Amino acid sequence: MPTHTFILNGEQVSVNAEDNVRLLWVLRDILGVTGPKYGCALDVCKACTCHINGLAFNPCSVQVSDIKPTDEITTIEGLPATAGADLHPMQQAWLDYDVAQCGYCQPGQVMAAVALVNQVQAEGREISDADLDGLRNICRCGTYSRIREAIRAGAQRM
Amino acid sequence: MVEQDCPLTRRRFLGYLVAAPTLAVAVDAAAGLARPRQAEAAVPSLPQPEEILDLGDMQDLAAAPTSGLITVVIGEDGTASFAVPRAEVGQGMTTAIAMMVAEELDLPLGDVAITLADARPELLMNQLTGGSNSMRSMYVPVRTAAAIARQRLVETAAAKWNADPAQLTTKDGVVTGPDGQTASYGELAVAAAADTTISVTAQLKAQSDFSILGTPQSRIDARDIVTGRKQFTMDLQVPGALPTMVARPPTINGTVASVNNEQAVLAMPGVTDVAVLTHGVAIRAQTFGQCIDAIQVIDVTWVPGTLAGQSDDTVEAQLSAALPDLTAPLSLIAASVDAEFFFAFASNSPLEPDNAIADVRADSAEIWSSLKVPIVAQGEIAAALDLPASAVTVHVTEGGGSFGRHLFHDAALEAAEASQKMGKPVKLSWSRTDNFRQGRTHPMCVSRVRASYALGNVLTYEQRHTSVQTDFGHGLGDMVTATAAQLPVAGGLTLSQTIFELTQSSPYDFGLTIQALNEIPLQFNTGSMRNIYSPNVVCAQELVVDQLASKMGQDPVGFRRSFLKDERLLAVLNTAAEAGDWGKAMPPRTAQGIAVHSEYQGAIAVLVEIDCTPATVSRPISNGVTGPRVTKALVVVDAGFAINPLGLEAQMIGGVQDGIALALTSSLHIAGGIPLEGSWDDYFYTREWNTPLDVEVIVMPDTSDSPSGAGELGVAPTMAAVACAYARATGTLPTRFPINYGTLGFTPLPLEPSTPQSPTNGLDSTF
Repeated sequence: MPTHTFILNGEQVSVNAEDNVRLLWVLRDILGVTGPKYGCALDVCKACTCHINGLAFNPCSVQVSDIKPTDEITTIEGLPATAGADLHPMQQAWLDYDVAQCGYCQPGQVMAAVALVNQVQAEGREISDADLDGLRNICRCGTYSRIREAIRAGAQRM
Repeated sequence: MVEQDCPLTRRRFLGYLVAAPTLAVAVDAAAGLARPRQAEAAVPSLPQPEEILDLGDMQDLAAAPTSGLITVVIGEDGTASFAVPRAEVGQGMTTAIAMMVAEELDLPLGDVAITLADARPELLMNQLTGGSNSMRSMYVPVRTAAAIARQRLVETAAAKWNADPAQLTTKDGVVTGPDGQTASYGELAVAAAADTTISVTAQLKAQSDFSILGTPQSRIDARDIVTGRKQFTMDLQVPGALPTMVARPPTINGTVASVNNEQAVLAMPGVTDVAVLTHGVAIRAQTFGQCIDAIQVIDVTWVPGTLAGQSDDTVEAQLSAALPDLTAPLSLIAASVDAEFFFAFASNSPLEPDNAIADVRADSAEIWSSLKVPIVAQGEIAAALDLPASAVTVHVTEGGGSFGRHLFHDAALEAAEASQKMGKPVKLSWSRTDNFRQGRTHPMCVSRVRASYALGNVLTYEQRHTSVQTDFGHGLGDMVTATAAQLPVAGGLTLSQTIFELTQSSPYDFGLTIQALNEIPLQFNTGSMRNIYSPNVVCAQELVVDQLASKMGQDPVGFRRSFLKDERLLAVLNTAAEAGDWGKAMPPRTAQGIAVHSEYQGAIAVLVEIDCTPATVSRPISNGVTGPRVTKALVVVDAGFAINPLGLEAQMIGGVQDGIALALTSSLHIAGGIPLEGSWDDYFYTREWNTPLDVEVIVMPDTSDSPSGAGELGVAPTMAAVACAYARATGTLPTRFPINYGTLGFTPLPLEPSTPQSPTNGLDSTF
């Protein structure tokens, strides 16, 4: 069985896994990193959203063999460290607005929100309704209005 | 039913100090809570059964006679622990329970540890989560246990200091004596323990003295959620429990005739076991991805399920054939509004796919799953495994949503079957596609309504609701058996009809009022979906109410003011109309809509604004639907006593999204005996691009000292308000829901393999 090496939440990891196993299962089933959730594994629901080299992506749709040794994968567990704090400002905003209900989609929501704000700020803009309308992360509990308030608040501190 | 003629604060409540190493207090479930009923004028309607005894009352009555005890324990670290016999699925139940304990104990909220109780058969029917009943049923017993604990801690400290207990105070987990002596609860916990079990009574705090209950509190698991630490079932590491998924037939409830390439599947990387189950073939592997790989390859000969020839059209034809005649007499001077409404199948699938962990041994079994009726799960799993129920331990885990689905234990039963057949622990998950195609559904139904009116009054209101049967086999049957003799609706009604009668009542003085259910016995996998019958029944009623208003020359709000029976509904209606600026000028193809509803002892009004302009309706979106957009939603809710206004608001926000989805975009489409929907880009639950940008919740001042149910309350009035707004914006009467039902807005995934392979191009869409 091949060995795959990459950087996960700041630490180099090596795993034995068949080439085609999607990264989501490598994270959850082999490495025991369960922050990213299984909602569909079809790249639709976005519950598994993580970062690769600072960009949002869905590990359910990436084979582990497509991850390079220098790729930096960040899951929700590793998000605070990217801000050098106990909580990333976006996570703190999520607490300030009591966003979550069941919580199943929220790690993915937070990761997507951080990436979106980074993208928008890199374009020299502020987050707009159109930006938020474009988020595909589904929340079946329907807490969208609090998600949107928290993203705006988190963005202020990023 | 119980009359309550003296306020909660003057009564004394019974509990027990139970023998334990540290202070442990146990209570019985409380008797049901009554509430005042008021009659109104216009042409008064007799109270319908739901107004005399509603489903929640029946649940409370069934729970009251049980001798099962629930226990609060004070630890030497000063924390209070309580295993609540309910499920947390996102509705905020554990937070509210923690608040109850913290309040009566005078303990900081952070020092209260709430866990979910395992299945406890001795609790009989006091371990069912549903019907928005948990706050109503737990409010007095949980507070009683905490109040007795506080009282015992005070008595213990008083004895230690040789002081009069009446001179001691408690605050933030510390008892303070008349001379300034202090002792923490942790320091007192062992001395306060009982050697033998004795009964005691205590009074509850007066509402005016509350410092936590009634205040906005964040969820107690919020931090765990945003850091990824909150554990759902599939996050648990149970030794030896490996990923397992099931290859399923291309028809609902099909069965296995033969597996034709088992050896080839067993040879695939990572695969450890293959086992034939009742409705599919289970594959166990090192990773879920390798289970999915195996499902692509496995070759099964299927026996079609009993619904193989059914489609939306065939089901609708059977419903139409079963529609009963209207029976209310029509006065010669009256005119009538006649309408017939169609509601498609809907899916109650949460975001988390159905799943469970099972470790079945020769003489015992251990199960982990998010279960709302764990006692029934335990009994049925034990029977399926041919084990005594006492040998089956069922752990209740926290769920990623439920919306009614977790009343059933389909995945837990399957996991148990797989584990027994494989002889190994399994971590079994349904796939997303399984969840839509083989999972529980809200049944298709048709509501035929006739309202007759004359001389400024509504004389009759008749609503005949015909539905594919709803499966209530999860355990309400025992409750009905136990309480049927006391119900005013006994005799000749099915369980579904009884539930319908206990949950549906018209809030209007419309003279002779008949609302009744009949069902057709098609064996779809149905179940209660959040708010059960109300979203469809109320949507139909409120559309007819708007029609009546129009025919009688009145504005929708003015009309409702004239005919509503209940003061609380009038109050929320008026607040909504004022806060939402009802009647303001709206641009063409946009409109306001309003609806009211009363259920679970709560009262609610929802006012929405909808945009049906061509530009909005034709917004482009990839792999999704847009259409009309609700631009504003205002919810005004009277929850009796709002335990946690922040949590209450959250439930209203969620109910709004559900109502919008049911009215505008989301349903299943059945063809060839199975739903076509397979992902969230097929089943169009409300997404960010369709959510209202302006959502406001007004929590009315408390009208009671008892909490109403709230988890489901927002769905029906939102669906109705959106439908009414759509009607006003388009100048039409919509009669088929969801509005976009007639257009299949996606390309269906193949029926086999039952779980599609995952994409590989995820790196093409980073941002």
